Order: sequence, then C-alpha cells, then structure tokens
Amino acid sequence: MIITILYYLLTAYISFLIVWNLLKRKKWQEEILYIIILMPFLLRLFRLK
Amino acid sequence: MPFNWLYLRKFILITLGLVLMVFAGVSFYESRHLKEPVVLSQGVTQVKKLSDYFRGIRGTINDSNIYILEGVKPGGTILILGGTHPEEPGSRLTTWILAENAEVDQGRVFVINSANRSATTVTRLGGGYPPDFTIPTPWGGQKFRMGDRWSNPLDQWPDPEAYIHYPSRQELAYVDIRNLNRTWPGRANGTLTEKTCYALIQLIRKEKVDIVIDLHEAELQYPVISTIVAHEKGQDLAALASMMISGTEGFSIGMEYSPPALHGLSHREIGDHTQAISLLLEAPEPFLDATRGRTDRELLLEGKDEFVVKAGKHGLLFEKMDENGWPVEVRVGRHCSTILQILELWSEENPGKSVMVKGVPRYAEVIEKGIGNFLHDPAKADSKRIYYE
Repeated sequence: MIITILYYLLTAYISFLIVWNLLKRKKWQEEILYIIILMPFLLRLFRLK
Repeated sequence: MPFNWLYLRKFILITLGLVLMVFAGVSFYESRHLKEPVVLSQGVTQVKKLSDYFRGIRGTINDSNIYILEGVKPGGTILILGGTHPEEPGSRLTTWILAENAEVDQGRVFVINSANRSATTVTRLGGGYPPDFTIPTPWGGQKFRMGDRWSNPLDQWPDPEAYIHYPSRQELAYVDIRNLNRTWPGRANGTLTEKTCYALIQLIRKEKVDIVIDLHEAELQYPVISTIVAHEKGQDLAALASMMISGTEGFSIGMEYSPPALHGLSHREIGDHTQAISLLLEAPEPFLDATRGRTDRELLLEGKDEFVVKAGKHGLLFEKMDENGWPVEVRVGRHCSTILQILELWSEENPGKSVMVKGVPRYAEVIEKGIGNFLHDPAKADSKRIYYE
C-alpha cells in the first residue's frame, strides 16, 4: 500500500514536470508531444486507466 | 511570434488535449462501472460473497458473487470458475448460462462468473481492444465488459521487477503477479490477486469441493488448446471425458497432464493444495492470436480472421482455422458439453457423490439457438433474483 501511494506521488510529480516543460516550450510540435505524454499520467492519477 | 499568441496557442492545445482525455476517461470509467445483470436460475438457492470465506478480500473489487445451486439429494460438490482471464469471454458466458439456467437434482454446484473481477474492468493496455461486447438476445441484447488477462493496475500497482511465486519460489513473468492463473494457491497477506486465490482455496477447502473446473480460451498459436488440462488426481476423469466428447458431441477435445514443475496455475496448485480434482478447459479464440487483423467486437464474437487463416496455411497453428472461424457459440458450447460430460462421468464413478444437473444446453443446442437464448431479460425478472457482476 505504501509503495502504491509512493507511485501515485511520483506520477503527480512527473505530471507536474511535464506541464512545467510544456509551458516552457516554444515549438508547437514539442507542445503536442508533451500533451500526448501527459495523458496516461493524468489518467492514472485520476484513477481512470 | 508575439508573447500573447504563444500562450493562446498553448491554451488551445492544452484544451484540445484535455477534451481528448475527458472523452477517453469517460469511456474508461463507463467500461469499468458497466453493470452486468445475472438473472438467477430457479436452481440458485444461495448467493454468497468470496469474503464469506476470507475476510481479507471484503470490500475489494474481487469480493465476487458465488452462485450456489443445491439439489434436494446430497451428493458431490463442483466449483466452476469463469473470468479467471476475462479477455476470454467464452469462459464468463458459460458461467452466465449456468447461473441463469442450471438446476441441480443432486449435489451442489458453485458458479463464479468473475473469478478475477478486477481484470474484467480493464482491457489490455495499448491493445486496442473493444471496451465491451453485446450478445444478441430475443429481448434485445446484453452488454458485457471485455476484460483483460491481468488484474486492473488501478487495483494492484506497481508490478515488481521480478515475481517470485509463493510458496514455490519459482520466478515467473513480472506482470503475472496480476494473473489469477499464476498466483495459486495465493496468500492471505499478498497482493489483491494472491488474496483472491487464497479466498478461493478457502472456499474449496471449507465446502469440500470435489472438482474445480477453470474455464479458459486460448490463441491458436498456443499449443495448449482444445483440451482438458488435468492434475494427476483428475487424469482418468479427463481422459474419459475427452474420449466420450470426441465420440458423441460433434467436436474433439484432447487431454493434457498438468506439468508438475510449472507453478501458480489452477490445474496444478488446487490439486496440490486441496482435496479437489482440478481441471482446466481451453477453447480456441482467434481474437488472442498475435497475427490477428483488426481487433474488434466482430473478431471477438465471430472468431473469423484472414491473417490467422494465413498463419494456419504456414503451419503456425495448433488448431484448425478456416473461413468459418471460431464463433463464440462454438466456444461456449464446447465448455457446456465438456462440463456436463465431466459431471456425468464423475457421477457414474462416484454414486455417493453424484452431481446431477439439468437445464444446461449442450454444444449443438448452443450453436443452434445462440447464447442469447439462454440469457434472461432482467426487465421481466423478479428484482430479488437479479445480481450484478
């Protein structure tokens, strides 16, 4: 259970890093890439998939 | 590009991303929470929960329903497991037919439609599976969750780097720590999947189950197919059933020995750790073949795929495959007849422990009438006789 909670915290942290990097990008191709990468992290964080 | 345009573009892209995520999320949520009704047969005398046998599973998604059919005469006890691997729908559909139609004259039959309920709530990650499928019925249709081979990561996560099976200490594939057919006999303080196996073992011991039949389907490129896999204790029964079925039912089924050194599987561990005979039935399901084409509901239900046919022409299959495919009625009919044949042979050999079942269609009848004819309309049923999986 503790390991599971740690993994959710890690997921939240990585999601934050992805969003941070997304906001700093200048090329639209990279922005789309970050949004696509972000989706599975958010789906797991919200316990949807 | 001016600064404000940059942020406007980011806003639009993020909004589009969120819209996509919401659509996907709603689909995943609805699939996970789809209610599957079971209209109980008149033969069902009790419905218990798995947690009645092991409190450690109470309140979890795997606290599954157990449908108990009891005859007026005492006899033997049989447990039928559906949904060990929910991505093999012939298994769960067979248990639906049993729970909605079977009546028992002698002995007891325990039916579990969703042995690993968690695995029914997710499809294979990245597999492009349909989230559900519908079986046509005279009253419309009944929708079922598609399911996966492994427990939902939302219920058991993360997977370990290496999975060491308990108690054998054998190293298995890491992902199989979520595979209900690799975690037998389970343990009380283990993962959700291990606890589920532990609870099932307690049920088998407490109810003095004589035979456990675990229903499966397999890809045609897998050598263990169209067969009964039997523990040593059930080899005679399985061999006789194989011969009788092949001679009388209109289809062939083989018989294989459960490998003594391969751990975690129901046909091995239930036989080793309880008094019960453990048997596992495999029917062919082209949907699972790696060389399949489009992975859709049609392939799932009709079992037709030109690429799997081509694989057969190259000698890559362990079961015949032609343009007729392997429709789900054929797969479910095989399971129904094999269960009935096993019970008939068991009852002949063990008169004091007979299990006499009626109301269950055999192979030819399932193919002729379709599965939907054996599913009952929940709208017309007594609400007290409806349970949900």
